[in-house]
Amino acid sequence: MSIHDFPILSVITYVPLAGAILLMFFFSKENPTRIKRFALGVAIFDFIISIPLWFYFDRAGTGAGLFQFRERFEWIPSLGVEYNFGIDGIALLLILLTTLTGVIAIYSSFSAIDFRQKEYYVLLLMLQTGMLGTFCALDFFLFYVFWEVMLVPMYFIIGIWGGPRRLYAAIKFFLYTLTGSVLMLLSILALYFFNDGGIPFLNIRGLEAGLTFDVLRYHDIGYLIPPNLQFWIFLGFFFSFAIKVPMFPFHTWLPDAHVEAPTAGSVILAAVLLKMGTYGFVRFALPILPDATQRMVTPMVILSIIGIIYGALVSLVQKDMKKLVAYSSVSHLGFVMLGMFALNPMGIQGSVLQMINHGISTGALFLLVGIIYERRHTRLISEYGGLAKQMPMYATLFLIAALSSMGLPGLNGFIGEFTILLGAANRSITWAVFAAIGIVLGAAYLLWLYQRVFWGPLDNPANKNLADVNRREFLTLIPLIACMVWIGIAPRIFFETIEKPVEYIVRKVDPQYYARPPLPRPAAPPASQDEVAEAAR
Amino acid sequence: MIWSDAIFLLPEIVLALGASLLLLAPFLGAWMSRSSPKVWMLGVLTVAAITLIVCSSIVEDIQPTATMSAMFALDPFAIFFKLLFIIALALITLLSEEFLRGSRYSEWEYYSLLAFALCGMFFMASGVHLVSIYIGLELMSLSSYILAGYFKNEQKSTEAAMKYFILGTVSSAILLYGISLIYGVCGSLNLLDIDRAMSTLITNDALMIGIMLLGCGLCFKIAAAPFHVWTPDVYEGSPTPIAAFLSTASKAAAFAIFARIFYIGFNHFRLDWATVLATVAALSMVIGNIAAITQQNIKRMLAYSSIGHAGYALLGIIALSEYGIHGVLLYTLVYVFANLGIWATVLMMRRHEYAGEQIDDFDGLHRRAPFWAFAMVVFLLSLGGIPPTAGFIGKYYLFAAAVQAGFGWLAIIAVLMSAVSMFYYLRVVVAMYLRDGHEAEVETSGGVRFVAAVCLVVTMVLGVLPAPLIKQVTTSSDWIVRRVAADGR
Repeated sequence: MSIHDFPILSVITYVPLAGAILLMFFFSKENPTRIKRFALGVAIFDFIISIPLWFYFDRAGTGAGLFQFRERFEWIPSLGVEYNFGIDGIALLLILLTTLTGVIAIYSSFSAIDFRQKEYYVLLLMLQTGMLGTFCALDFFLFYVFWEVMLVPMYFIIGIWGGPRRLYAAIKFFLYTLTGSVLMLLSILALYFFNDGGIPFLNIRGLEAGLTFDVLRYHDIGYLIPPNLQFWIFLGFFFSFAIKVPMFPFHTWLPDAHVEAPTAGSVILAAVLLKMGTYGFVRFALPILPDATQRMVTPMVILSIIGIIYGALVSLVQKDMKKLVAYSSVSHLGFVMLGMFALNPMGIQGSVLQMINHGISTGALFLLVGIIYERRHTRLISEYGGLAKQMPMYATLFLIAALSSMGLPGLNGFIGEFTILLGAANRSITWAVFAAIGIVLGAAYLLWLYQRVFWGPLDNPANKNLADVNRREFLTLIPLIACMVWIGIAPRIFFETIEKPVEYIVRKVDPQYYARPPLPRPAAPPASQDEVAEAAR
Repeated sequence: MIWSDAIFLLPEIVLALGASLLLLAPFLGAWMSRSSPKVWMLGVLTVAAITLIVCSSIVEDIQPTATMSAMFALDPFAIFFKLLFIIALALITLLSEEFLRGSRYSEWEYYSLLAFALCGMFFMASGVHLVSIYIGLELMSLSSYILAGYFKNEQKSTEAAMKYFILGTVSSAILLYGISLIYGVCGSLNLLDIDRAMSTLITNDALMIGIMLLGCGLCFKIAAAPFHVWTPDVYEGSPTPIAAFLSTASKAAAFAIFARIFYIGFNHFRLDWATVLATVAALSMVIGNIAAITQQNIKRMLAYSSIGHAGYALLGIIALSEYGIHGVLLYTLVYVFANLGIWATVLMMRRHEYAGEQIDDFDGLHRRAPFWAFAMVVFLLSLGGIPPTAGFIGKYYLFAAAVQAGFGWLAIIAVLMSAVSMFYYLRVVVAMYLRDGHEAEVETSGGVRFVAAVCLVVTMVLGVLPAPLIKQVTTSSDWIVRRVAADGR
């Protein structure tokens, strides 16, 4: 039996859930050590069984097709709902990111969570199942179910183990996301009914009308949807995904959720949950609604650029380290959206890669902020200074994470941001200029943060006896650091993984793209074009 | 009437006899008055259920046309609702036992009234004639009025009963007036004859007014805005198991007749009434869900939320489609179980007559009773329509029906309001999990726990594996769907 017949995606998805159920019924809450070890064991096991995906995934997509490891059977036949799992390169990377983050999140919580521990690990594992299922699902109904399933555990994680304003943050998170997702449900329904009878001359096109939620089917018929309807459907998806990303006017839940969530919650939120939004755009909005996407490029790009610059400027003035990192997410996700809406292979590849990079770098930054918070119970930048002398290892790790986040060549952030810039410049040099300003500001707020926290005199007596990172904390960080270096030095395998899926998306959203001559665009001034062409080579 | 028709009426006959037996029990000898009324009530329900199942297996191959001078039909639609009613009433009986034990009021009459109400609901589910529907409705309503005021020494309970009675009778009068106008125009009260008559009519003021008045009366019974004002007071004042009865079984019965009358009787004039009903639905969803936000008393909160839920269920009637009727059936069922589960949990909190009804009383429940707190979360999520609970499937059908029928604006209101509804459902969750409360023990009887457990299992299982229920709903509404389709709207 080869791996392609084995329902590996389901196993990966439900192992955490099974672990959560075992934890719920067979572990006494009197013995937290056992609970922690078991939860960590489940997460590590899940990560290990997800590794074969990386090796058995057919990147050329010749034999198995674009979506691999498919599992498909009927779930609710009368509605045409199927249990339909399958991943392409994009989902593959995100799944590996999720399983890795799951291990790190659980391991990093060992000392931070000191009450109601059993519930905590049960919820973390359930959340893990929800996230993995969302990335695996190729059926809208199934996708929606997993999408909503994620909401509840995260709500509890913020609401129970969060900071002082946790109730407010948790409810805000829940309601924002829920509002978006119910609107997405309407869009899904509109697609569903369009497919069942809205398409003229189906027989000529060799398609059959019918009730189905199969995402791939909608990839095929998307272009047939009249532009006006596409626009409304896009709007529904937009609200759902833009809130999750979060894009500029919908970002206000994010700082609250991040600041109040416990460290592991922040890490998962930053590394995986925010990617749900960008993933949704790449997987659904772009390929299914090409006309609407093309029409919405300008507003989307404007929102992205506002997000990039606004996020960076707000980060610059934060007094709280965690809030700073939270707002930096708004800025970084703006990059992801900008690259995506360049609608060319370069931009989307950069965008996908940057999703992963942001998960790694920002995840690491949240972990690092969590480490210092556990020691001092404050995140105010003004409380610190000169930590580099007291905690040299911590300072080093923080520096690497910060450099990766600001896009230093040799680390992962650079690769992603540079590719996005290329893609954006390919479309319009103005976009690239704005994005570049964002990069500069990104360097500014991170370096300034670093300077204030780690350099200068160690004059706060409370910081005199701080212990450096211990073995457990080091172990949680080292995989992330390794990934930063790996992607920074040898990104080729990553680009190979996402090349075919991105090409597929570009073909859907802009069918003429590959027919056009590669670069010169009449609208842009000639000088800049040469530069861009130079850079692209 | 032919005597052999009586076989279709057997379940109702059994219920009427059973109800009379319960009423007379205290006078039937010492051994009977000493036995447990609850057991007798459950016995009556069981016998009724068995008769119903036997009857339905006999009539299975008979065309579901009306018997008893075209007043009564035992079709799969009726059987679906009747089984649901029996299950709901059995659960309510289990909820009532402990509640009544502490009070000074007779249990026999209480159960007898419940059985009479159930008999009325049976007639509602089977009625294909406006008169039989009306009589069923009145039997149910009159029993409910008394039950709402059953704690006659409690001021709140009496007040609730009085309000409910006055508004209820007025609404019945309005309903009756609507029926008379419809009779004047169509010349018959049989739904099929009305349908036939309407297919030859053009829009006609008297008919429109008749339909609207009938609609007003029905909207009162399902507590849709703007006919909802009685709901919070009545739910708050009634004994808690009766509030559970009013918000689940009684409402389900009202939806059964609502669906049957509008799907079979009035489908030709859909264009005329759909917009009005859509406005009612929108108002109910908005008023119910917004007003629920500020409630401190959980019974009032549930009352407002049930107004909102009436609005959702109306989507299925407005759509007048296969999806719509499936949605009404599914949603009613799912809603009954989720709501009964919540009422069971509320009863667990009870320490005195009316205590345990503030949302604050749920503070820290997860510590006192982790399992029941978890169950409560599942019920609330189901009411909010969050997958993978059963509520999502129900809401999915209703929203889909609205989108399919072209009521996009209504669907948008519906989804946004269901997001709003999560806000106040989460207040209970916040109280249970995120606050620490008094560490008092949760008092539960086996019956209440059993009800909560049954509802929990149903809500979770139907959420993950809805296919069998959907299949059942499809067969149950098949005849109505085909009729509507044949009429070609």
